[in-house]
Amino acid sequence: MGKRVSLFVTCMVDQLFPKVGMAMADVLERLGYRVDFPEEQTCCGQPAYNSGYHAEARIVARHFLKTFEASEAIVVPSGSCTAMVTHHFKDLFTKEPETLALVHAMEKKVHEFATFLTDVAGVEDVGARMDDVVTFHDGCHALRELGIQSAPRRLLARVKGLELREMVPSEECCGFGGTFAVKFAELSGAMARTKIDAIVGTGANTVVSLDPSCLMQIQGALSRAGLHVRTMHLAEVLASR
Amino acid sequence: MSVEFDRKIHDTLADANLQLAVYTATGRLKDKRIQVTAAGVLPDYQELRTQANAIKKHVIDNLDHYLEEFERNVESHGGKVVYCKDATDVSDFVLDLAKRRGSRLIVKSKSMTTEEVDLNERLAHHGLESVETDLGEYILQLAHERPYHIVAPALHKTRYDVADLFTKELGVARETVPEKLTLIARGVLREKFLKADIGISGANFLIADSGAVAIIENEGNVRLTTSAPKIHIAVAGIEKVIPRAQDLAVFLKLLARSATGQLVSVYTSFLAGPRRAGEVDGPEEFYVVLLDNGRTKLLPDRSKRESLYCIRCGACLNACPVYRKIGGHSFPWVYSGPIGAIITPQFMGVSHEPGLPFASSLCGACGEVCPVKIDIPKILLELRGDVRKSEAREGLNRIEKLAFRIFAWVMTHPRIYEMAGRMAASIAPTGDGKWIRSVPAPMSVGPLKAWLSERDMPPLPPKSFREMWRNR
Ligand code: SF4
Repeated sequence: MGKRVSLFVTCMVDQLFPKVGMAMADVLERLGYRVDFPEEQTCCGQPAYNSGYHAEARIVARHFLKTFEASEAIVVPSGSCTAMVTHHFKDLFTKEPETLALVHAMEKKVHEFATFLTDVAGVEDVGARMDDVVTFHDGCHALRELGIQSAPRRLLARVKGLELREMVPSEECCGFGGTFAVKFAELSGAMARTKIDAIVGTGANTVVSLDPSCLMQIQGALSRAGLHVRTMHLAEVLASR
Repeated sequence: MSVEFDRKIHDTLADANLQLAVYTATGRLKDKRIQVTAAGVLPDYQELRTQANAIKKHVIDNLDHYLEEFERNVESHGGKVVYCKDATDVSDFVLDLAKRRGSRLIVKSKSMTTEEVDLNERLAHHGLESVETDLGEYILQLAHERPYHIVAPALHKTRYDVADLFTKELGVARETVPEKLTLIARGVLREKFLKADIGISGANFLIADSGAVAIIENEGNVRLTTSAPKIHIAVAGIEKVIPRAQDLAVFLKLLARSATGQLVSVYTSFLAGPRRAGEVDGPEEFYVVLLDNGRTKLLPDRSKRESLYCIRCGACLNACPVYRKIGGHSFPWVYSGPIGAIITPQFMGVSHEPGLPFASSLCGACGEVCPVKIDIPKILLELRGDVRKSEAREGLNRIEKLAFRIFAWVMTHPRIYEMAGRMAASIAPTGDGKWIRSVPAPMSVGPLKAWLSERDMPPLPPKSFREMWRNR
């Protein structure tokens, strides 16, 4: 029997993009993992935290800690939600040493999907095939908080039939930013349009990212502009064969 | 968010020429910075940042000590240190001195600190003429505008804008070649330098162990400002002090690279007191105005006082995708971009513009380029919390607060969460699996309306992940 991993699919994947979660489970099972889905899971609390409602974020964070306490390894299809747990939970509990100890234990167990594959499972070739030209969008939190840059590119390089064309710049924000996207809608939309200019410039048919939220922003703007470029989460690409 | 902030953002986004000018100019600065800080060019770049951060942390933790040392050393050279609490203190000092010396004309070099206290306006109000001698600042003074950028104040102006301005304000024949425009300004400014009674400068560093003020620049106008007139006044925030002259080995390497992408600026001046016997130039009187203006309010907060490490290089502005869209004048105070977003609420109070800390996607590009490693995104998050606390005290924004309380409740009750999700899915338009451009009018409110104003939305899937998982 393989090792066990728990999925934290995030509220966004659960409610809006369930296929991403299924694809992630698929890839992990193919690699021999026993995958479970703790049913009590909901959200990491980031929307409240980023909106300045720290007390509310703390309540949701505690729920997360409880839900995943028994898990050995937790895999997340989002750089941003991973970073919320591994980089921000600690700031919510500076005055609660006991919870802080739980947070630090949790930080070690929570992994963003791409780096889980490369760094924990130690694989780059997952046996995927996708005949397509793609470009990769670096989600800001994956890139700058988690320092993830090469893992997804190494994984994409091993997908048969796939050509990766880098956009310039790949690391500029898509303008999502959680509630920012609706509080500063016009600004967020302008940022998204700059992003899609870079995407279109590559001639790729598909934009790949580690974050469903960036992909929702990018796809929403592409679709609004009438452009026929699709978005895919890395897990969906790796599940293709 | 105030109506004004919202309107300024909208107006800037709607101005296609301005968008292009700002995006291009910041892009150029950003690219140059990347080139000169690349590992192949400056292998110890990250190490230098760590050192710069450590020095600043040490200074801010021991600010009183270093300010006293600086003051002692300035006075031992015959200079004088003047502590000012706020804008009025600064202008009172300058006005009083000007009155006692019978001064009429002041030349000024670039200084964000003097912008912060509206010094020119205050002096003009009392009949003192104060002329900006940095080219960018001079352009803005003619245009009656505030700096658009902390390093490149006239970044938003094209040479055609400047040509029109010079023709109108100076009555000269229209020239559009930048070199010729510079010569026109130089002609005007030379006269002012020769006649000026007082020179006012800013300061990049106040060196405690030598009692000197260090200023870097590219145009040479700082040298004239600080040496031609009989009196020199340097105005600086108290956080500008550094312990030792040798610390400049770290800061000078970082500052020019981060600011303009130069390896080193054209001129670095060290000013330590008035002209001494036997010296051929330099002012007769030398003053350093040390400004608080809200800075000491930051000191009790261990993490937010990091904001005082800033060396005003402007790198965070050029890297910021928000600044590059909304420009400098959308910001509610003289400091724009990420650094403005963190110091404005702290210097002026969070209610000055409650929307400001939220005007960020938290992409982290600012923190990544900051040469003194200020964790700007984290401070923004803390300030967002401060805004909510102040709203709670004043009973404002109750509906949003309630929404997030409900959010927290739903997210800790998985059954309710699931039900709520499915209810939403049952009433949302399906779009036949395609992305949705609009929803019926009664649904088009709040966040959904805002989202759809710019982008399409995904159709809600027939089954949530947890349903698919159970059924598989
Ligand atoms: S916050 Fe950092 S990057 Fe921004 S101006 Fe200050 S020193 Fe430069």
